[in-house]
Amino acid sequence: MSTALLTDLTIFVLSLWVGFEVISKVPATLHTPLMSAANSIHGIVLAGAMLIAVTADNAVGYVIAFIAAAFAAMNVVGGYAVTGRMLKMFKKRPTATAAPAPSAEAAAANGGTSAGRSA
Amino acid sequence: MSGFTWTTQLLYVLAASCFVLGLHMMNNPATARRGNQVSIAGMVAAIAVTLAIVIHSGAVTATGWAVMLAGALVGSAVGLYAARTVQMTAMPQLVSVFNAVGGGAAALVAIHDYGRLSSGHVSVATTVTTLLDVLIGSVTFSGSIIAAGKLQGVITSAPVTFPGARVVNLLLAVVALGTGGYMIASYSLPGLIIVIIAALAFGVSMVMPIGGADMPVVISLLNAFTGTAVAMAGFVIQNWALIIAGALVGASGGILTKLMADAMNRSIRNIIVGGFGTGDSAPVMGGATGSVKSVAADDAAIQLAYASKVIIVPGYGLAAAQAQHEVAALAELLESRGVDVSYAIHPVAGRMPGHMNVLLAEANVPYPQLKEMEEINPEFARTDVALVIGANDVTNPAARRAGTAISGMPILDVDQAKSIIVIKRSMGHGYAGIDNELYADPKTSMYFADAKTALADLTSAVKTLVG
Repeated sequence: MSTALLTDLTIFVLSLWVGFEVISKVPATLHTPLMSAANSIHGIVLAGAMLIAVTADNAVGYVIAFIAAAFAAMNVVGGYAVTGRMLKMFKKRPTATAAPAPSAEAAAANGGTSAGRSA
Repeated sequence: MSGFTWTTQLLYVLAASCFVLGLHMMNNPATARRGNQVSIAGMVAAIAVTLAIVIHSGAVTATGWAVMLAGALVGSAVGLYAARTVQMTAMPQLVSVFNAVGGGAAALVAIHDYGRLSSGHVSVATTVTTLLDVLIGSVTFSGSIIAAGKLQGVITSAPVTFPGARVVNLLLAVVALGTGGYMIASYSLPGLIIVIIAALAFGVSMVMPIGGADMPVVISLLNAFTGTAVAMAGFVIQNWALIIAGALVGASGGILTKLMADAMNRSIRNIIVGGFGTGDSAPVMGGATGSVKSVAADDAAIQLAYASKVIIVPGYGLAAAQAQHEVAALAELLESRGVDVSYAIHPVAGRMPGHMNVLLAEANVPYPQLKEMEEINPEFARTDVALVIGANDVTNPAARRAGTAISGMPILDVDQAKSIIVIKRSMGHGYAGIDNELYADPKTSMYFADAKTALADLTSAVKTLVG
């Protein structure tokens, strides 16, 4: 077993533990954005796709490089964009446009009793 | 190690740190947006470093540059368009598609790498990691496409099974693993192609028998698969950024899979080995034999308007009826009358983990009102009216008794509220196919209507009667 493989394996296992630790603290409210964010992070495979191009020198290689780059770029760009779009919708108070003024005030007054986990 | 390699490796570590930090900041809705930006910064750094490596290698042909850039541009454009236009109800499909392309790209990385090795000396480690990457990546690719098709309704969302399906699955697994075993002994490109085909077919046959309600588990599992495939691609091309990022996603998908499985009271083993949602439910036991009481909009509106505490229990039926905005409008109106309104969200409400929260956030419901099951359950006893909309099995008290199809499933304690209003189209069964004893409870009134119309009628009734 080579040292390189051992190093890779160590990094992999420790990263798994870090992942478990960090992610188990995410509240259920955010599970969809979390999954979407994780989704974008595996878009790092774009780096791998780009490195294909370094060694591609025939038609098959070029086709693979193209598809891999397209897939990975779609993953990373789309993933981050949609995560951002979703997170923008999470608000502590209703926006003024959607709520008529009196109800917004009442909601604010009520917020004291119903505000939970968020500080 | 050259200075260049040092620098690039350090930058990869920095990028990986950004990913961890970004995920950490997702633990609170207030910091989550910044977390996403931190993660993006890490990604930009990682891609820039990779670009530097690619340029530094000096080995890329003109065609190589052209295909790489064209691919990246096309992919980015499609991804961005999809992200901007997708409906929030269609998020699970989009996540599935991103899982598919991520897994597919990871598999392609290993396929390309294996293809340019020669038959001479391929280490066992290289072959094994290549095989794992290709297997997991291909299963994820086809499985996620089927999942997306089912969620979109292109493919029937009902479980699709045929006699001997198990045998076919087993055969595919044997072919893939057997060929893989042969490849460890000797290099074989045709072998790899057999593995790819078997894995793609396995992905299809794995997801086809799964019903729509089990999708939260499936998506989480495929997400974990994609992460693992990307980590394996990292092993193949010796890139730490891929290994770390892949492991993080694998862990995230793993945790969510476990949470979803627990919320449906099914073991992960049962789900993977036993096929998903193939209807192993026991026959109905005991049950709701009592008569149900129905209620009209006016009466329901008065109950709600004069309550001091109301809990809304939304299920997927609410999203299916596209009634998120109507429910938010009713809640706002009640709040303006001084009613304390909150939402009880069961972990599997929706088609992916946390889906209902996003749908309600889109309808401008402030997130402090969205309560998780453990948090809200003790509050039902102090609640005047629980308004159940499009949720069924997750409110069925039968889950607390042994011997029913949903026994042991964690439920929302809706039956403990002082009174309960259920908005429902008909007395139809939920996914588990059993009677909901809640409906026969003397405290329960049924409001038979489409969720969207019912909520709009309730809102206007509250306005006219007590406004």
